[in-house]
Formats: sequence, C-alpha cells, structure tokens
Amino acid sequence: MEGLIHQEYPVEKGDYTSAGQASADMKRRLRQLGVSANVMRRVAVASYEVELNLVIHSLGGKLVFDVDSEGVSLISKDRGPGIPDIELAMKEGYSTADDEARSLGFGAGMGLPNMKRNADGFRIESEVGVGTTIEMRFLLS
Amino acid sequence: MTINELQALLQAKNQTPDVDAGREVACGYTCDLLSWVMAHGEPDMAWVTVQTHMNVVAVAVLADMACVVLPEGIEMEQEGLDKATAEGLAVLSSPLSAYEICGRMAAQGIPPRA
Repeated sequence: MEGLIHQEYPVEKGDYTSAGQASADMKRRLRQLGVSANVMRRVAVASYEVELNLVIHSLGGKLVFDVDSEGVSLISKDRGPGIPDIELAMKEGYSTADDEARSLGFGAGMGLPNMKRNADGFRIESEVGVGTTIEMRFLLS
Repeated sequence: MTINELQALLQAKNQTPDVDAGREVACGYTCDLLSWVMAHGEPDMAWVTVQTHMNVVAVAVLADMACVVLPEGIEMEQEGLDKATAEGLAVLSSPLSAYEICGRMAAQGIPPRA
C-alpha cells in the first residue's frame, strides 16, 4: 500500500496556544489530496479531540499521521501518566480535566467517545506510569 | 441567510471585515463547552458562545462553521481575529443575549441542524 503522507507532530502538556495547529495541518493536507468533506471533517474532529487530550491530560506526546490509498491512520502516543480505568474514561460526561481546561470550555468528558464515534476503527491502550496510545483509522470510501 | 443578513438581524458588529460575509448560514447552535461543540458542530453553522479564546476559532474552523456569534457585546481579541480571518471564519459581536440571538435566528427559520 502506497503511503501518501507521513507526518509527526509533537504536542506539549498545557500548550493551549498552539492547540489545534496539528489538526489544522492534517485537515489542510487532506484537502490538498481531495479527500471527501465527510472524511475530512471526521478526521478533523477526532484529531482535534486527541490533540487536546494530549494538551490537557498527558505529560506530552506526539501525533503520527499517515495517509495511504485506502485511508487515514492517526496514532497518539504520550509519555504518561496513563489512564487507570479506560472503561470509565470512555464514558460520556466523565472527565478528570483541571480548572484551567474547564475555564476554556474543555473537560465535558466527550473527547474519547467523540473520537470513537468519528473513526472507523478505534483502539486505546494505557498503562499507568508509562503512557497511553490511541490508534484511529478512517476509511476513504 | 447570509452572514451579512445575520449581522443586521443581530445588530452585530462584524469583527472580521475581510472575511466573505456573503457566505450562507445553514444552521444555528449555542454552547460554551468546546468539547460538546466538537461533537455537535456542523458545516456552515452560526455558533453562539461567550468563549473568545483561540481554541474557539480552531473548533469552528475544524467543523467548517460559517461564523461565531459573541453575545452581550463581548469581543474577540485581535490574535483570535487574525486567525479567524486567515481561516475565513467570520466573527460577529452582538449586543443581544445568547437567548435573544437564538430566538431571532430561530424566528427567521435558521434550523438547529443543516
């Protein structure tokens, strides 16, 4: 399978000013490739949610964005702190966001379920003290 | 309804004069929780919120919204306006409350979903 795009974006903890830049760049690249509006929008929503999750919850990490002829893969890897109860974290309305995040209008507990809803494939793995990896796949057709 | 017409309807000030105000508004929404908006935002939407920071622009642009409407005379700062202008997103500042803004939009037939 031919890789059309491979891009990595570092995302730092607490960096609300640059939050959204990686997602915006991914969307721009998909638009250049002529990807359908529906796929572009689903990737945009999920990538922004996962980017914000890194800013709000992680100790820092990166997003790895790949596009091939069949779809888009987006992987988020962080350096911790890890999620103790993934099932609880996946529940709509559950959030551990701090006051700063909430004051900006984040922390509604919609991030992970929203990613899952928008992606065609969704997988999350986490180990406390090590980190969290989220893998999402979006099919082009 | 175009952004221009919406501006008149809401007695609003257009904070992004360089953005195409002839764009059609397809639907309306109000919410101040950005992650909630990420889940429910739609293309060509007019989004009413009291939030004015940079992430508002990011959310609106990612969802392909037509404009952000700030109620009660709230204005967005220049940094956000520059980003909105660069991305083609209109920002309106209305003296009306969010309740009045939504009431007027609904009365003019702007639906909740496109």
